Amino acid sequence: MLIFDHSRPGRTAAAQLPAAGGSLDDLPANLRRRAPPALPEVSELDVVRHYTRLSQLNFSIDTQFYPLGSCTMKYNPRACNSLAMLPQFLARHPASPDETGQGFLASMFELQEMLKDVTGMAGVSMAPMAGAHGEFAGVAMIRAYHDARGDTARREIIVPDAAHGTNPATATMCGYTVKEIPTDATGGVDLAALKAAVGPQTAGLMLTNPSTLGVFEKTIAEIQKIVHDAGGLLYYDGANLNAILGKVRPGDMGFDVIHMNLHKTFSTPHGGGGPGAGPVGVSKRLLPFMPIPLVLNENGAYRLATETDLPQSIGRMSANMGNAGVLMRAYIYARLLGREGMHRVAEYATLNANYLMVRLREAGFDLAFPTRRASHEFIVTLKKLKDATGVSAMDFAKRLLDYGYHAPTTYFPLLVPECLLIEPTETESRETLDGFIEAMVAIKHEAETNAALVKGAPYSLPVRRLDDVKAARELDLAYKPAEFIPSRV
Amino acid sequence: MPFIPHTEEDVSTMLGAIGAASIENLFDEIPAALKTGKLKDVPDGLPEMAVARLMQERASQDGFWSNFIGAGVYEHHIPAAIWQITTRGEFYSAYTPYQAEASQGTLQLIYEYQTMMTRLTGLDVSNASLYDGASALAEAVLMAVRSHKTSRRVLVPKTVHPIYRRVVDTTVKNQGIELVELDYDPATGQTMLPAEPGGFAGLVIPQPNFFGVLEDVHAMTDWAHDKGALAIALVNPTTLAVLEAPGQWGAKGADIAVGEGQPLGAPMASGGPYFGFMCCRQDFVRQMPGRIVGRTVDLDGKPGFALTLQAREQHIRRSKATSNICTNQGLVVTAATQYMALLGPQGLAKVASNSHANTVALADKLTAIPNVTRAFASPCFHEVVLQLNDNAKDVLRALRAQGILGGLDISGWYPELGQAILVCATETKTSGDLDQYAQQMERILSKRREAPPCAYKN
Repeated sequence: MLIFDHSRPGRTAAAQLPAAGGSLDDLPANLRRRAPPALPEVSELDVVRHYTRLSQLNFSIDTQFYPLGSCTMKYNPRACNSLAMLPQFLARHPASPDETGQGFLASMFELQEMLKDVTGMAGVSMAPMAGAHGEFAGVAMIRAYHDARGDTARREIIVPDAAHGTNPATATMCGYTVKEIPTDATGGVDLAALKAAVGPQTAGLMLTNPSTLGVFEKTIAEIQKIVHDAGGLLYYDGANLNAILGKVRPGDMGFDVIHMNLHKTFSTPHGGGGPGAGPVGVSKRLLPFMPIPLVLNENGAYRLATETDLPQSIGRMSANMGNAGVLMRAYIYARLLGREGMHRVAEYATLNANYLMVRLREAGFDLAFPTRRASHEFIVTLKKLKDATGVSAMDFAKRLLDYGYHAPTTYFPLLVPECLLIEPTETESRETLDGFIEAMVAIKHEAETNAALVKGAPYSLPVRRLDDVKAARELDLAYKPAEFIPSRV
Repeated sequence: MPFIPHTEEDVSTMLGAIGAASIENLFDEIPAALKTGKLKDVPDGLPEMAVARLMQERASQDGFWSNFIGAGVYEHHIPAAIWQITTRGEFYSAYTPYQAEASQGTLQLIYEYQTMMTRLTGLDVSNASLYDGASALAEAVLMAVRSHKTSRRVLVPKTVHPIYRRVVDTTVKNQGIELVELDYDPATGQTMLPAEPGGFAGLVIPQPNFFGVLEDVHAMTDWAHDKGALAIALVNPTTLAVLEAPGQWGAKGADIAVGEGQPLGAPMASGGPYFGFMCCRQDFVRQMPGRIVGRTVDLDGKPGFALTLQAREQHIRRSKATSNICTNQGLVVTAATQYMALLGPQGLAKVASNSHANTVALADKLTAIPNVTRAFASPCFHEVVLQLNDNAKDVLRALRAQGILGGLDISGWYPELGQAILVCATETKTSGDLDQYAQQMERILSKRREAPPCAYKN
């Protein structure tokens, strides 16, 4: 049932509405709306009950184990939410003068400094509002750097084939062409292909390390040298920063620019698809190009830097200062964790991943890269199972939902057939991992003995498998009941 | 250990299963030379109690203000139910709804959101939201250029928020897109249409514009269409309860509508998170960036919801995607959907008309003070530009000393307006608040007239 089905003409949530409306008579009649928008007319209880019930149709970290590879679905501490939502923080207008927000800005400045430390970068700007937004900022800075030097022939970005789709899409948005390079048999960047790919046209290389294949690029020092020797810059996609937090710093690996996904590594909520936060960190040579605003500390007085402070900045990315409330949650998380906690993140994320990987291998699952350590995640390939039983990674994932586990990432990275990318994160207990292993084993057994059962899954969720083809062919993107008056009157 | 449940016994059992002597051994593929020493700038961890105390102190330091700043972000009352439900773990800690069967709550909510946005804007389709209003405008500019095919020029009036124009520039400048500024009429504050032969992809039409002034959207829409360009509406969702929907502008209606979703239930919170909305005519749906949810059926024929038209997106199309965007601002959209449902058509209209009436009343009170005048003669919605015969910055500072944030100094962005402030009074302001502001303004201005600061003495 949709909220619109609860609607009755004339019903209102009276207590929430302001008193009688003011006059609009001074506005030109032709600019005023002729028919009111057909929003629902419902009571407060209708809204509370409807949306509470909708929430109960979701899987979430708070209710289920969520081993979604590459997404770092760790526990989102409740204190981060409640303290970021203190009424004074919520009430502050973003265009208020800096002196009215010193408590807020102090928190932002300290987060900025902590992010510099954990990444080993010379500067951090927290303007970007998501990982992809941070990628855009990063590649735009690479371009601004080359352009500022008059080195305008560099128009190509190199991207490994295992990369997230956002990497090539971002390069295109920055006016670059994309050159893909292959992965070698152990999951690393193919160095010979990289050497062949670089040249005077190379603006940079975008790299995720550990890669989306769940392994650390052991040859990072050589990769770094090849790209830098060719005059290109090195971009670090921070999607997998959770694997190395407090262990290795991108700055120490020679990266020139990085983005972080605070909704992964710093445990801000995913919120059903956002908001995230994608701060960027830069090496010394990219400092002048950072997006604004960033926070400056002038003898204990904090203020936002503007175009005047950074005349070569790539510019602004949002109307205000990014997803400030998300940054607050990340700051609070960092304070709760502290230095020791920060070092522990990668340790226990890696412990959990390797434990899960070894136990699944023992249970007869095939690993994509059996000779490698897992980073914070690893890949199981179900190719043999698919060949033998017809049960695909998708079927397997859907059956896991019936067992009460969110599915791992499926069909990504694209180059491993029938893959499940599994990331347990550090906040899950051994008992949870053991339960998941039991479910994996049980489903494997089902696939081998009753494949049809697995192929028809899920059975216990609010809906069974959905018709995606119908969704795309017979587009129904907004509710239009038969009696609905079309938009143009 | 904060947020790590492992006991010592767990660790030794797990290491035993792995066959590793220590956790450190699990990092043996990382070259030793790269390993990080102790972090320097991260302080020791604090218990929740101590962090709570710290944050409460910082919040108190920032305090509460009587706010009359708008400029794209508006202080509206947010019903208590909204964020209580929005922060339920099932919404708060869920991922992007790729596994549709396990995400029907979020998916249905987005479908309802899309429906509400199409009804507010009078357009056919809506996406699941973008980062914020400014980035939504940038995406609309890119979309207009993709749709137009021959021109890479887009006309952007100076009456569009100056920071929005900068964000658009940051976003599109590397793709060979030219942004052309349009002047405004100094008497009315409305955009003047140039003698343009055509050959541009889109015209941005702000309603109300940055000055709070209402543009002649019908004429602008028709003009853009006559020139073969797309009409891009940049609108405030609250005002759409009472102002004509973009889908009804001119003879054919605007093609794309975008704007800042913050007024629909998002707290101001120093800048975010908010969300940008985007709606368009059906013809352009395949050019639209961002997530889109569609209604379909499951294996048993039961209705359900799923992400659709994913062939536009980066995880499928990679370098050929419509945008690199992956996220929407899901959680804020969760709040906005409930806000629109709770307020309904009547409530939203009251919020809009009360904000308008309060702003008009405040402008009347302030312009009754000598040397305070309205910059433009035309009707405004819930913001107004006032010119002061005094230093705007100093006056605002003096008001601040009385606990009042009196508006935004826009003299730097629009030097031709002289000492000008943009002032907004939403439905949250009482007549007492308006009187208080006017009294303080009068007191400050007269005091400064009688005893000007040393720097201004002849």
